[in-house]
Parts: sequence; C-alpha cells; structure tokens
Amino acid sequence: MTATPYLRLSNVVKSFGAFQALKDVSLDIERGEFVCFLGPSGCGKTTLLRIIAGLDPQTAGTVEIGGRDVSRLPPSARDYGIVFQSYALFPNLTVARNIAYGLKLKRKAEEERVRELLALIGLPDIGAKFPSQLSGGQQQRVALARALAPSPGLLLLDEPLSALDAQVRLHLRRQIRELHCRLGITTIMVTHDQEEALTMADRIVVMNHGEIVQTGTPGAIYRAPATPFIADFVGTMNFLKGSVDDSGRIRLGSVHLHSDQPLTPGADVTVCVRPEDVVIHRPGPVNTVDMRIEAMEFLGPFHRVRLAADGFGAQPLTADFSANLVRDHRLATGDRLPVTLPAEHLRVYPVA
Amino acid sequence: MHAKTLPLRMKRTGDSLVLDGVLVLLGLFLVAFIVLPLVMVALRSVYDRNDAFVGLANYIAFLDTPSLSQSIGNSVTIALVSTIITTLLAFAYAYAITRTAMPGKGVFKALAQIPILAPSLLPGISLVYLFGNQGPLRFLLMGESIYGPIGIVLGEVFYTFPHAVMILTVALSTADARLYEAAESLGAGPLRRFFTITVPGARYGLISAVFVVFTLVITDFGVPKVVGGQYNVLATDVYKQVVGQQNFGMGAVVGMVLLLPAVLAFAADWIGQRKQTALLSARSVPYVPSRRPWCDGAMFALCTLIAGLLAGILGTAAFASLIRYWPYDLTPTLAHYAFAEVDETGWRSYGNSLILAGLTAVIGTVTVFAGAYLVERGPASAGIKAAVRLLAILPLAVPGMVLGLAYIFFFNHPGNPMNALYGTMGILVLSTVVHFYTVSHLTAATALKQLDAEFESVSASLKVPVWRTFFRVTVPLCLLAILDIALYFFVNAMTTVSAVVFLYAPDTKPASVAVLNMDDAGEIAGAAAMAMMIVYTSAAVRLLHTGASHWLSQRTQTWRRR
Ligand SMILES: Nc1ncnc2c1ncn2[C@@H]1O[C@H](COP(=O)(O)OP(=O)(O)O)[C@@H](O)[C@H]1O
Ligand SMILES: [Mg+2]
Repeated sequence: MTATPYLRLSNVVKSFGAFQALKDVSLDIERGEFVCFLGPSGCGKTTLLRIIAGLDPQTAGTVEIGGRDVSRLPPSARDYGIVFQSYALFPNLTVARNIAYGLKLKRKAEEERVRELLALIGLPDIGAKFPSQLSGGQQQRVALARALAPSPGLLLLDEPLSALDAQVRLHLRRQIRELHCRLGITTIMVTHDQEEALTMADRIVVMNHGEIVQTGTPGAIYRAPATPFIADFVGTMNFLKGSVDDSGRIRLGSVHLHSDQPLTPGADVTVCVRPEDVVIHRPGPVNTVDMRIEAMEFLGPFHRVRLAADGFGAQPLTADFSANLVRDHRLATGDRLPVTLPAEHLRVYPVA
Repeated sequence: MHAKTLPLRMKRTGDSLVLDGVLVLLGLFLVAFIVLPLVMVALRSVYDRNDAFVGLANYIAFLDTPSLSQSIGNSVTIALVSTIITTLLAFAYAYAITRTAMPGKGVFKALAQIPILAPSLLPGISLVYLFGNQGPLRFLLMGESIYGPIGIVLGEVFYTFPHAVMILTVALSTADARLYEAAESLGAGPLRRFFTITVPGARYGLISAVFVVFTLVITDFGVPKVVGGQYNVLATDVYKQVVGQQNFGMGAVVGMVLLLPAVLAFAADWIGQRKQTALLSARSVPYVPSRRPWCDGAMFALCTLIAGLLAGILGTAAFASLIRYWPYDLTPTLAHYAFAEVDETGWRSYGNSLILAGLTAVIGTVTVFAGAYLVERGPASAGIKAAVRLLAILPLAVPGMVLGLAYIFFFNHPGNPMNALYGTMGILVLSTVVHFYTVSHLTAATALKQLDAEFESVSASLKVPVWRTFFRVTVPLCLLAILDIALYFFVNAMTTVSAVVFLYAPDTKPASVAVLNMDDAGEIAGAAAMAMMIVYTSAAVRLLHTGASHWLSQRTQTWRRR
C-alpha cells in the first residue's frame, strides 16, 4: 500500500438511535481505483456512501480525501460527483441545463463542456430534450454526465443500474467501465448485484450488517470467499456439512475428502465447492465419489445437474456441466457416474 | 475507540445556518401567533372583568346562565342535524361524480364549489329572502319560522356542502377495480357491492367529512348570525359576550368550549388520514364506472336538484341585490350597490377586502411555502422539523372566532410590544394567514414531498447554493401547488368573517364585515349586494387561477410526465 491513499475511512461508525448502521468501518481506496461496495439490502452501503459524500454526518470516525481530513466538511467543500438510484435529474431543465448545473463557466466554455460530456456518454443530440423524454438508460447517463461535468476527483454511484432493464444494464456496465478507463477517475459504486460487482470492479468491498467482511479483487472474492456468507452471496455455491476426522480429512457421511487447507481434527465444518468446479472423474484416487443424476436443467451453454450419492450424508450436490460434456457422455437423469471434487477447489469453513 | 465517541458535528455552511434560522423564526412566529394567543384565552377565562383571578367562576356562571348553557345543546343539535344531512347529500353527489357514467360530471363538480365563493352570511340572507316574512316560499315551512334552527341548518348545509363533497370525492375516486371484479365474480349484487366495498372503502373519507362538517358548523358564525333569531348558539354567544357586552371573561369561556369539539375533530381526522394512505396499493387498478342507465339517470336528477338549489340560493342573493324591492318591485336597479347610502364605510370596505385578500395571498403563500420547504427539505434537525410541523397543523384546530378573540387578548395586552398592530390591516392579514395556515401548509408539503428526495444532495455535490436550486427547480416544479395556495388564501380572506369581526377597525373594515353590519342594520339588500361583490371577486380570481393553471400545465407539459 502506498503512503497516502486517495480516500481513507478510519473507524467510521454511524448510529440511528440505538441501531448501528455502520460499525467501525475502515477502508483505503487508491487513486483511480474502481471499487464496488457489495452487500445485501440494508447492510449500510448507502449510509457509507453518504458519509463519504458528507450528506450525512458519521457518528464517529474520520474521512480523508486526498490526504485532507474532510470529516466535518459539508458536501460543497468536498470534491466528488454523485449519481443516485433515482438519478434526481431536474425535470424542468433540459438535458444541457442539467449537465451544466454545476458548471461555473462563461457561456461559450459551458456549451463546449456540455457538448463534450454529451459526446462522452454517447448521446450527442439530446441536449435540448427534457429528462421525461428520455429512456431510463439515457437518463442514467445524463445523471452521470452531470456528476462528471465539474471534473470531480471522485465519482460516487449508488445502485446506478438497479432501475434498468437487464439488456440496458449489461450495456451500461460496459459503458461505465469504459468511462472509468478513459477518465481514470476514482470511482465507488454501491450495488447489491454480485454479478455487477464482479464484472465492473477493480476491487470489491463486501459488506454485511454494517461491517466490511472482505475486500479483494473480484477473482479473489470469487475463488476464496472469506466466510460462508460471502460464499453464498457471491456466485453459486454448494454447502456440505461434515466433520474433520483424525487424519485431517473431511468426512461427509461415509465419504472422505482431502482438502488443501490445514484442518483441526474433530471440528465440524462446512465444505463449499462451486458447481463449475465439480468434474466428471479425474485420474487419481482422491475425492472421487460415485453419484446419481437426480435432475438436469438446461441453461444454454451448460446444464445445471443435481447429483446425489448414498454415502454423502444425504446431501445433494449441484454441478455445472458444459453442453459439450453432456453431449459427449450422453448424460441423462438416472445415470450413475464418478464425480470428483478437486481438493484445490474446496473451501472449508469451521462451523461456528 | 468507544472511549472517545463524542457525537461528531458537521461544520455548517453559511447557507444552512441561515435556513435553520429562518425555520426557527417560523416556529417562533407560529408560537407567537397561535400558541400564545390561545394561552391568553385560557388565562382570560379564569379572570373577571376587573382582572381579578376568579378560578372557574366564569365557567360556573356560564353553566348557571340558562341562556348560555342552552347554547351548548343548541349548537350540538344544529351541528349533528346539519352533519347528517350534508354528509348524506355530499356522499350521493360525490358518488355520482366518481362512480357513475352520468353526463356533465365536470360541470357538477364545479357547481358544488359555489358556496366556497361566498361568505357564510350569504346563505342566511338568501334564506331570509326566500322564506322570511315576505318570502315567496314561506308556505313551505308550514307555519314555522326561518329564523331559528330550520334556517340555521339549511344555511349550514349550503355552507359546508362543498367541503364534504371535496373530501368524499377524493375518498371515492381512489377505488380498486379488482375488488369489484372479484365481488362480481363471486355473485355479489350491486347493492351488496355498494355496502361491502364502496362504503367501507370510503370510510376514512366519511369519518373525515363528518368531523370536518361538524366542526365547521359548530364554529360557524355567519349563518346563525343572520337567521338564528332568538335561537342562541355558541358562536353567536362569543360575539354577543365580547362585542355586545364587553364581557371578555365570559367570551373566553365560550371560546374555550368552542375549542373543544374542534380539537376533538382535529384529532380524529388526523388519525383517520394516517390510515387512509394504506388503503390503496401500488398495484391497484383504477375503477372505471360502466353505464347503468337507471342509476346514472337517477343520480343525474339528484345532482341537478342539488346543484340547482346551490345555484338558486346564490341566484336569490344576486337577483335581490339587483332589484328595487324584493319580492314586490322587480325593477332592475344598481341602487343597493351604492353602499355609502347605508354603511358609513361604503365601497371602502370592498377595497379593504381586496387589500386584505391580496396581502394574505402574497404573504401567506410565501410564508407557507418557505416554511413547508424548510420542514420537508431543509437542513434542520429532525427535532426542529417535527416541532414546526406540529405547530403548522395546530391552526386547523382553532375556530376563527376563538382565534379572533385570542388576538384581542394577545395584542390588546398592554405588555405586548406588538400592541401597535391592533386595529391595523396588519393584524387582519396576520390573523387570516394563521387562520388558513394548515391546509395551505399541507398542500405545499404534499407537493414538496413528491419531488425527488435527492435534489438538494445533488446540488450540494455540485457546489450549487441551496437557494439557487430552490428558485430554479423547487419553485418551478411546485408552481401549480403555489397557485392553489394563493387562491385558497385569497378566496378565504375575501369571505371570512369569524376572526376579522373581532379585529377590524373602522378604516380597515373588510367587505364581509360590512355585509354583517348592513344585515344587522336591516339593510338586507345592501348586505346581499356586498356579499355578491365578494362572490364576483372570488369567482373572477378563481377563473383567473384556472386559466393560469391551464396555461402553466400546457407550457410545462413537455417536461411533466409523458
Ligand atoms: N435515516 C435513517 N434512520 C434510521 N435508520 C436508517 C436511516 N437510514 C438508513 N437506516 C437503516 O440503516 C441500515 C442501512 O441502510 P442503507 O445504508 O440504506 O442500506 P443499503 O445497504 O441497502 O444501502 C438499514 O437497516 C436502514 O433501515
Ligand atoms: Mg442503498
């Protein structure tokens, strides 16, 4: 970590009466990073964003932006642009007026800047329209342009895509990402959509119950979720209950599995494995179980397959098999097959 | 870190400090001009004429004076009977407007508003013309006199009808078609559907209408003043005690008694309104009435009759003011409009009313809108906002008579630095603004709450000062509501009698009080003429308002919802 991060949150607490919406949140964000706050609804993401923005005061803790302590400064004394879930475009002003709202330039320069921003969001011809004449996705981009107009050092986005259709959402994900690459502006985006966070962020900050539970790159979070909660929240996951036997292997019913993680003998554990990591018999004797196909669900490029084995503690296992694989092996419901749970892909959590 | 969790406070910008200051000032304004005056009434009711503390003696005297204590019974009787009649008629009328396919609904809706344009003295005057000693319809009363309970009830029904129709129209127009479809598919007949869906669905509206009408009647002064005769009610008692006998202590007692039903009604209405909102979910399907020839026809006939009666009562006053001598000499004349002949203030009182209404509309609208803005969207703490919100709804619970009385005590008090205001136009404007504060405040608050919650946050993030967003965004978006508030203030300031009757001075006398004075002096034609001047003015301003609103929504429809 470099000497001074662009944004530093230290021990931030926010209480609403007796309820603690944020409990001791500390976080560093580097200049130019694209960070997603990810977590279920009500976990405090918006609250944290509003504290960074200075829209609500924190109960305790400090916020530093660019090395400057802004904890007690009002929004107008901080340097950021923000896009809200509702966009909050001014309906009585044209798109151009909306974008120019925060500009303090001469008329000519202002027009030039507005043109620039309209081009940036890929909507060069809508300056004279009113927000109500635009689609949701267009409104969203105008809100983005308005926030970017004064060239702030920090861009805050609160669930900017959640009100849009799936199609538009996919398109805008890419556009926001590209915008970030082009401008290099430090960006914090709040979302409860794990897919959105995985595809867009440089780094994900996973939150739950007012606390940061893990930070890391999308890949790290996906591959090595720190807790079962995160494992469940990000991506699809099998949860298998078992215990550690004396030789340090995991026992699930009558089946024994090896793991790469060091384990405490005798402990009860939850074993997690991603459906796509479950494979049809791999050479080598370890972690292979004879299983039966209970159900198959066609999902286009792959099949989601529900597997069961007698000696497996009566726990079902979900596996994603590619369409090719299913075709080549002529898999069908009722078939029996040897299935491997690769040791390097097992995540084992002690049961609390 | 728990050791030093001192609550952290944001540094305030100059703007937000100013806004908070203004909100606190507004709170103090409401404390000074509604709370303190009411406290004065309460205090005054335990002092006698010579400013000696007498405890509850005034209350005991009130109960011991048969003519006074009888007024309670009279007032309650009148209010109950009027409430039942008005609510039933208004329910039928509102039902016809919202739930039938009869023709002319827009016209009927407009006609129902006729009484609002007139002071409540006007129905009294018209009733006297129609049913009085020389009235052509006197035979309909079968020997009874119009002066007394019959006249009061008829007048009150006229006066309160539009208020009930407005509330019930709103209650009945928020219907969920899915309920009716479900009931019909289950085999429920029209009558059963009416009593199991329509009536329960409008129950909060009905409760609200009942309380509003009851309060309006029990605190109304205009109708009983003109046609009450020997039949005493509380509102006229206050007037007689204070203006007639200068018995302020007793006036205060009656005022306190009048406050009671108003406060109860206010509380009940508040509870009802809280619940109303939950009735309609976002998934409701609006009800579209289908044709039912018999029902539509019958409702059309009923509405025509009711609207005809309303127009007839207004028309009687209009007609009588334009002929030489009702009902014997029908020669057209403008003589009754030469007010100087019968009232020393002459046309001046009409001018006073225009000034009063104009100032009330401007000052009231600015105050109310700024106040509602600060309460709903300002930077103040939740506690201050809640306090001002409460203060803003308080005036609704205070009848005009009580407010007027309270202002006498408050501003007349030798220790009050605002003593100089007494007897000026200022106190009339002030009392009228306060009197009609609540409804205006709620209108403004509703409009402001509909705006996106983040406008202020966005402008703060863009470093744009609050006032700039207020004028460039908030005000333009609320312009229709602002026009409504201005109209409401103007029309009410034109027609109100109850508070100003205690507060006017000879050279600030408003037209509505001139109507009262002329009627008192037996110059009924002059009173009718002046009442009609008020009606013409209110109607003209209302038309102006309709035009302006229409023009505005045309002009702004590009950015309003598609
Ligand atoms: N003004 C408030 N008063 C009381 N509780 C609040 C307030 N704002 C948010 N909360 C609570 O704080 C928690 C976090 O809210 P929020 O930050 O909006 O969650 P999200 O992660 O969905 O954005 C929620 O439980 C919410 O109910
Ligand atoms: Mg949120």
